[in-house]
Amino acid sequence: MAQGGTKVREEMAGRPKSTFKTQTGARYVLDRLFAVLVALATLVGVVVLAVLLIDVFRDGAPRLSWEFITSPPSQIFPENAGIIRPLVGSLWLLGLTAVISVPLGIGAATYLEEYGEDTFFNRIVEINISNLAGVPSVIYGLLGLGIFVNLLGGITGGQSVLTGALTLSLLILPVIIVATREALRSIPDAVREGGYALGATKWEIIRSHLLPMALPGALTGTILALSRAIGEAAPLLVVGASAYLTYNTTNPFERYMALPIQIYDWIGRPQEEFRMLAAAAIIVIMVVLLLANSVAIVLRNRFQK
Amino acid sequence: MRKLALEAGRTRSAPENWRRNSRARELRERVIKLALTACAYLSILTTFGIVLVLLFETIGFFRKQSIVEFLTSTRWSPTTGSFGILPLVYGTLTATIIAVMVALPLGLLAAIYLSEYASRGLRRWLKPALEILAGVPTVVYGYFALTFITPFLKEHLFPNIGSFNALSAGLIMGVMIIPTVASVSEDSIFAVPQSLREGAYALGATKRETATKIVVPAALSGIVAAIILGISRAIGETMIVTIAMGAQPIWGGSPLDGMQAMTAYIVQVVGGETPRGSVQYQSIFAVGSALFVMTLVLNLVSYWFVRRFREIY
Repeated sequence: MAQGGTKVREEMAGRPKSTFKTQTGARYVLDRLFAVLVALATLVGVVVLAVLLIDVFRDGAPRLSWEFITSPPSQIFPENAGIIRPLVGSLWLLGLTAVISVPLGIGAATYLEEYGEDTFFNRIVEINISNLAGVPSVIYGLLGLGIFVNLLGGITGGQSVLTGALTLSLLILPVIIVATREALRSIPDAVREGGYALGATKWEIIRSHLLPMALPGALTGTILALSRAIGEAAPLLVVGASAYLTYNTTNPFERYMALPIQIYDWIGRPQEEFRMLAAAAIIVIMVVLLLANSVAIVLRNRFQK
Repeated sequence: MRKLALEAGRTRSAPENWRRNSRARELRERVIKLALTACAYLSILTTFGIVLVLLFETIGFFRKQSIVEFLTSTRWSPTTGSFGILPLVYGTLTATIIAVMVALPLGLLAAIYLSEYASRGLRRWLKPALEILAGVPTVVYGYFALTFITPFLKEHLFPNIGSFNALSAGLIMGVMIIPTVASVSEDSIFAVPQSLREGAYALGATKRETATKIVVPAALSGIVAAIILGISRAIGETMIVTIAMGAQPIWGGSPLDGMQAMTAYIVQVVGGETPRGSVQYQSIFAVGSALFVMTLVLNLVSYWFVRRFREIY
């Protein structure tokens, strides 16, 4: 604007007024080009996603079958290898992570939004949570390795599925807290005041009205956070998920395999057959994640005004 | 009196026959508040845990290795006892710079489109669709970079590109951080008061001129925050660089060749059977500390920028 402005000013000062041109024709052409440019830039991401999905599908679809899902993995015979053990491990991780992180996350959000006064310490807690959201996942892995595997190994079972779930829970807590807080904040104060007017205590209002009203928003955030947890590989590698097991995980203190780890392991093998297995496993995990994401998006669009 | 009841939900002033009940309620209130407080303060504990774990093992590492060599040497060869972190930093930064070169223009333009051009209905669906990009597991991106982007680049652009290289890892990492850059910039662009746009239109500016010369400069601090956040994401990203960029810690290599990022080194070591307490085991915590400090500084700077932008309006 500054450049254009001076130019116009110079023109107006130095020359007779009649030569001043707004050049609207050229500017409107530029405008139209710009509109196309920004739309295309937005589409690039979507196109890459589509190419990725098509590529993975082309590589992995021939290997996809019911046997693939229900067979144990094999490091030697790619032709009859399956993903049942990593799948079971991932389900364990998902369940335990949800059980651990959802109550903690909703509790922390409720405290910060409904109880926490604007004190110095609470502000530190807030800054801290937004910082934790930016800590790389592999660092959470190192935290899990230091605390849950080494220090508390006697309680957690060392490199157990519980350790993996605890690590993932800490990783996704900030996401759940932020989403739940936003949902709580959007509830009008009239609801709270109405509750007090009827003689309800703070907790009674929270339990009977605020949490149910915040549920869709909190649920959306939680689904997105949990789907991030299922896809994480780096922290699980650090806390010692297994690349190969001969049994299905049956309790929280046992060792475990996980889908992303299995995919990573297969990608790293030179034979083409293993790459196909990796692609097939990616299809499975992407179907799950896209479903979870769609549910979250529909939920959000339905309840957000 | 009414205010008191409002604030704490106390029922002391309630009728006589409620009193016995109210004591139990008050106790429950207090216990619940305590439990919720504990949940919130867990985050402080997490941060302490991270710092202590990193510090403990890193101090152990620097008992055996020189800190000056760690920070200044350009040779990283753990098996022969050379621990100069610069080659790993070089790998991380090369991939990050490529990623930012992708995500900065695309993310910013997408943010302008979403906020200024897209209709409300379209925006409601496009934004989450972009967010799916951020939800794709990074092993999947790694697979895509290794088995699609690298062969594609080899066939059409760079015939002598390595099968592991920084370019394809960086490009895909760029796609991964587009949603971060777009979403945070869009929030700040959207927050620019409508009166600024109307003022520009009143002066005869076109829509593009308004967007690029009025709205974007007004939202600049938020956009800078978005980019810094994207950079921090890219630096901490692990699986893409582990799978597609390789494990050769080389100082000053070309983006067409393999390198090793800081995060990739950590994964490489935990993949092998490294005994606890050995120098190699401790070295992943030293690298982790460096990584943590880098991302922490970037996050704080970004947070500060967002704060500033909030203060303007």
